[in-house]
Amino acid sequence: MPSEPTDAEPNWVHYEPEEATLVAKTTFNEIDTVFEFELEDRDELGHVPGQFVQVFVPGVGEAPFSVSSSPTKDGPFELCIRKVGSVTTAIHEMEVGDTLGIRGPFGETCDIETFKGNDMLFVAGGIGLAPLRSMINFILYHRDWFRDVTVVYGCKDPTEILFPEEIERWQERDDIRFDITVDEVPEGVEWDDHVGVITTLLPGLKIDAPNTYTIVCGPPVMFQYVQEELDAKEIPHDHIYLSLERRMHCGVGLCGHCQINDLYVCQDGPVFNYEVIKDRPEALS
Amino acid sequence: MTVRAVADSSVGRVDGMKTLAKSEFETLIDGLIDDDPRSVVGPQRRSGQYVFEELDSAADLALEYDLTALSPKKYLLPQYEQLLTYERTDGEYEMHAGTDTEGVIIVGVHPYDLAAIEHLDKVHIDTMGDEPYRKRREDSLLIGLTMQSVAPESFAASMGAATTDSGYDLLVTDIGDRFVVDIGSFEGNELLADLDTHSASHSEVQEVRRIEDDLRGRFERELQFPPEELPTLLAEHYDDMEFWESYAEQCLSCGSCNMVCPTCYCFQVETVRDLGGDSGYQQRSWDGCLLEEFASVAQGENFREEVAQRHRHRFMRKGLYVYERYGDVSCVGCGRCTRHCVADVADPTDVYNDLWEATNA
Repeated sequence: MPSEPTDAEPNWVHYEPEEATLVAKTTFNEIDTVFEFELEDRDELGHVPGQFVQVFVPGVGEAPFSVSSSPTKDGPFELCIRKVGSVTTAIHEMEVGDTLGIRGPFGETCDIETFKGNDMLFVAGGIGLAPLRSMINFILYHRDWFRDVTVVYGCKDPTEILFPEEIERWQERDDIRFDITVDEVPEGVEWDDHVGVITTLLPGLKIDAPNTYTIVCGPPVMFQYVQEELDAKEIPHDHIYLSLERRMHCGVGLCGHCQINDLYVCQDGPVFNYEVIKDRPEALS
Repeated sequence: MTVRAVADSSVGRVDGMKTLAKSEFETLIDGLIDDDPRSVVGPQRRSGQYVFEELDSAADLALEYDLTALSPKKYLLPQYEQLLTYERTDGEYEMHAGTDTEGVIIVGVHPYDLAAIEHLDKVHIDTMGDEPYRKRREDSLLIGLTMQSVAPESFAASMGAATTDSGYDLLVTDIGDRFVVDIGSFEGNELLADLDTHSASHSEVQEVRRIEDDLRGRFERELQFPPEELPTLLAEHYDDMEFWESYAEQCLSCGSCNMVCPTCYCFQVETVRDLGGDSGYQQRSWDGCLLEEFASVAQGENFREEVAQRHRHRFMRKGLYVYERYGDVSCVGCGRCTRHCVADVADPTDVYNDLWEATNA
């Protein structure tokens, strides 16, 4: 929410990245890879699930990415990056041992600890699993804080599935329900699970609406249809959180690129309570 | 950064004001040009318009100006500013924050531009902690100037920014054959130390008051309502797309209104590579919410695709969003957007008064 100017000294923003070294990369498909980075000068990134960092590739540029790993994971942090532009392509071309610059972590997110004692429902569309994975693994680390944990994940087709091995492990656990669907199956690709858009997975879920917290992340077009299903389940709007994407240039509430009406995604989000953004027309379309 | 030397409320401006000969003021400015390591800039006449430019001599000051093309914001938030340099040696990149953040001595700043800088201070120093801005601002001096001419596009009086009693190190008023100077900071006081000044007399202070009062009546444009009503008015008309489209129809999305605005501070960050490829810098440069790509994201989505949406955003931001966040309506009524809009649809008095009439007709 908008911050009041205070008498406290602000943290001065220097726009200077910290050096980070690529220590591992795991490729899922032609465009999606998860990268593990180690900071030069400190052990931990110190983020909370849902926050993002600005990644600076010298000579190419800077772009924001949500952190994919949970803070409960020791050591290097992970960014799952889809190759779509110059910065992401440059990161994809990096080899283990190469370095780049990191600023952050930035942003407000939801305080997962306040959801203790409730059911958790995650809805991820496509690359939207990347930021949600941070929260999912945080919750699995503190599994006994929560009641039922459900993840529904939809991709365009089976080749776009992120973290397939981890998903298999999640599916093997009996303390988490993980449902997956693909919009379509290209010829020659094997797939024996659900086919259909992500909203087809939601009606079948048994949901204790007043005691469920939901976190949604996916392409803008997905939110509206998912929300219709969540409304059908009567999940209270203040129990729903959305992780939104914008093209932050600064990360510190100044450059204006991420503004949704009066809100800055980099400062007031990127994870927003639906109650806060549902009446802001620039949020979802 | 301005530190108030004289507590206006307790001491009063009478004690804070000095009178000096115009030649003494020129001596002050020429002395700064010669001796101060910082640039000394001021309004000058260039190619048929007034601009803030570096001064070679106090004699070049065009203190009669009505409105400069760009505000002195350009010295505190430069159009292009290096945030970071990088260099690769032996395969390793070195990165260094920093830029040339030396301050500037700005002479002849009108009250509406002082008000704009006070707002930028609130955003960048008091709230968001922008280090490059803070360094430059704290190292700068502002010598304000009571307006002598009023631009036909200006409505600063409606925005309460035709006159001011804060935001400057010195504020100069021409009372005919001499200047009356109000001291706004310790640094401002020190500037006068070696000059031949005397405390302003009661009648000289009265003359300053008279000029200020008279000035407020000289504006051709005005808001038909108090600016405090703006946030509510805008919120009520957010969904009135017919209204916003009527202005946007002619808008060329050129972003000129953003670029000339003294309170706009949005920027983009880009990488500038040296030709060799092993070194370069990150720079931020002015950006504008009227430009088509401003709210676009990866993979093509644009959250303000329509001109009318961008047009509306500009006015919402000035009169509602910034107000909610910082407590200021971020329009000072300078009139630059009106003057520079190619399609003549940027005039805030047109837009805001039309909204007012639509509500109160």
